[in-house]
Amino acid sequence: MKSDTQSDPRPAPAKSGKWVLPGLGLLQGLAVTGRNLIESFYKKERMTTIQYPEQRAPISPNYRNIPFLCYDDNPEAGLRCTACKICEKSCPPQCIYIVMDRDEHGKVRNRPKVFDIDSSVCMGCGLCAEVCPFDSIYMDGEFELATDDRFDSLQLHLDDLSKSAEYHLQLRPKQATEVLERRKADAEKKAAKAAAKAKADAEKKAKAEAEKKAAAEAESEPEAATEKNENEAPEAKKAEAPQQELKAEQPKEEGGGE
Amino acid sequence: MTFLIAQTEEPSLWSPEWLPLLPKRLVENLLEHFNAPEWLISLGGTGAGAATVLAVFMTGFALLSLIERKTLARVQNRIGPNRAGWFGILQPVADGIKMLTKEDIVPAKAEKLLHLLAPILIVVPAILALGVLPYGKEWIPVPMELGLLFFFAVGSLTELAVFMAGWASGSKFPMLGAMRAISQMVSYELPLVLSAIAVIMVSGTLSLPDIVSQQGGFHLGFLPAWNILTPWGLVGGLVFFIASIAEANRCPFDLPEGESEIVAGHMTEYSGFKYALFFMGEYLGLFAISGLGVTLFLGGWQAPLPGLDFVPSWIWFFGKLAVIIFFFLWIRATWPRLRMDQLMRFGWLGLIPLSLLTIPAAGIWSLLQRSQHGLLAWLVTVPLLLVPFVIMTVLFNKRLARSNRTYRFAES
Repeated sequence: MKSDTQSDPRPAPAKSGKWVLPGLGLLQGLAVTGRNLIESFYKKERMTTIQYPEQRAPISPNYRNIPFLCYDDNPEAGLRCTACKICEKSCPPQCIYIVMDRDEHGKVRNRPKVFDIDSSVCMGCGLCAEVCPFDSIYMDGEFELATDDRFDSLQLHLDDLSKSAEYHLQLRPKQATEVLERRKADAEKKAAKAAAKAKADAEKKAKAEAEKKAAAEAESEPEAATEKNENEAPEAKKAEAPQQELKAEQPKEEGGGE
Repeated sequence: MTFLIAQTEEPSLWSPEWLPLLPKRLVENLLEHFNAPEWLISLGGTGAGAATVLAVFMTGFALLSLIERKTLARVQNRIGPNRAGWFGILQPVADGIKMLTKEDIVPAKAEKLLHLLAPILIVVPAILALGVLPYGKEWIPVPMELGLLFFFAVGSLTELAVFMAGWASGSKFPMLGAMRAISQMVSYELPLVLSAIAVIMVSGTLSLPDIVSQQGGFHLGFLPAWNILTPWGLVGGLVFFIASIAEANRCPFDLPEGESEIVAGHMTEYSGFKYALFFMGEYLGLFAISGLGVTLFLGGWQAPLPGLDFVPSWIWFFGKLAVIIFFFLWIRATWPRLRMDQLMRFGWLGLIPLSLLTIPAAGIWSLLQRSQHGLLAWLVTVPLLLVPFVIMTVLFNKRLARSNRTYRFAES
């Protein structure tokens, strides 16, 4: 038998001089499958099937499918979404539809009245979660989205989409913890700022009152100036706040992404 | 005749050995009780006997379709069907309901009549062949003098049905599949019959019950006198087994319906119940051909060890049948499909010469055994049958000895 196997990548069937019985490979194959068959009855590690509806494999934290809206404590008041519509604009297949909530005077209430995601259109790209400046929209791990009709049930509404911060924490612990800590820090900062502002306002007020008193004492100046001062202060604060939030959060969002 | 049996038989109606004949005997006794004419008793008894065989093998077919899937799944470390009923036991029922409720599609270009007849014609010979097999000492549905001849004559009808299906479908894949099937089945029927001829030569009869009863008794007190335990029987049995795999169109000889190549071969244009009939015909044919193998080489209903005669003989038959069919499944789970030229070369250059060699071996064997030269028979036949094996080994090793690959078009 020739045994020059230098340039042949195939494994040598036998060492030189050794005779191979025809059909030996077939019997070896039978032995392999026979072992598979028998060991499948008592070796647990061989049978890796997960009986799906009853048993479930844990989904990876990196798995993302469809967006959900995060809320703190209360789905009504605690909803983080402010209906800013950034996600709606950034959605490539345009599956998000948002209507702002307005009070009876037509004033914006900083929360969505309608927030719909068409699950048949959503492609799970996660751009909405990427751009959201209010830590509101995140990608969900839900994958059983099948419905029994192809119109209304595929349209996910606000009730279907809003899920608690605890759910987020469970789904993606790392990301959710980061977000919660940041939000806490921001809230503290904000509170401190508000307190400082309140203090300043109080001082201003006291000052104004003192001036008023002085004016009253003088009985010559009109009261308009002080009123103007009082009204101006909260409005300015309101206008300032979102801008600051935006500035503070955007760089962090980039770093905190998945 | 049946009337006579009913009068002379001594065993009770419920004895285990006669249990498979219970429906037949009940019908006969009932008809006799109502003073029916003799031909009616005979007809009713035969009908009940046929119904028994059919019921047994239909149940076997249903069970096998499940067991096959389960076994294949286990070999691949899966679980297999387990949703319908306990351990998937109702899966065949579910499959049956699905098949029955499916739309029956006949292609526009099909020959309507032949297209309809083919699936029927594929089931009929399988059932006819099952009729002549001796399942037990007493359980012989049709005790025929020329049982073996009848079996092969009827069995070759399958080819007709397969080609009918392929031709009548009016489509290319069925045609290709049918052509493959014909060439394969005709080629492999030769070794099948030739290896059976060795058995006929030694036993000197074409009657299957006689062939079985001649394999009774034990050598040296424990070795059963089955044909497989003789040199020519071992070779012939192996040839028969391999050829029967090809006859049953099963892996690794499932070229006629090679699903990765020609959709489903001759069954491509069939749907619904007709497809189920093809399936049924295939499995019944599998039962029949392995039953014949058990009868010819594995001693039929004979017990494998002395002292086991208290077990009803038909249980031994079905036990052996189950073992053979398990081998079919095991092989299906293991070996890849052959190519057409490999199949033909293996059949014509391997199996047919080998089976031809079993004929002189069987002749010498029976001659020397009859003249009380048992040892000499072994000494002559074993080397005779080893010759092709030695040649095959040499050729095989020569082919395995490789030279460097040369590439005509690529740079080496």
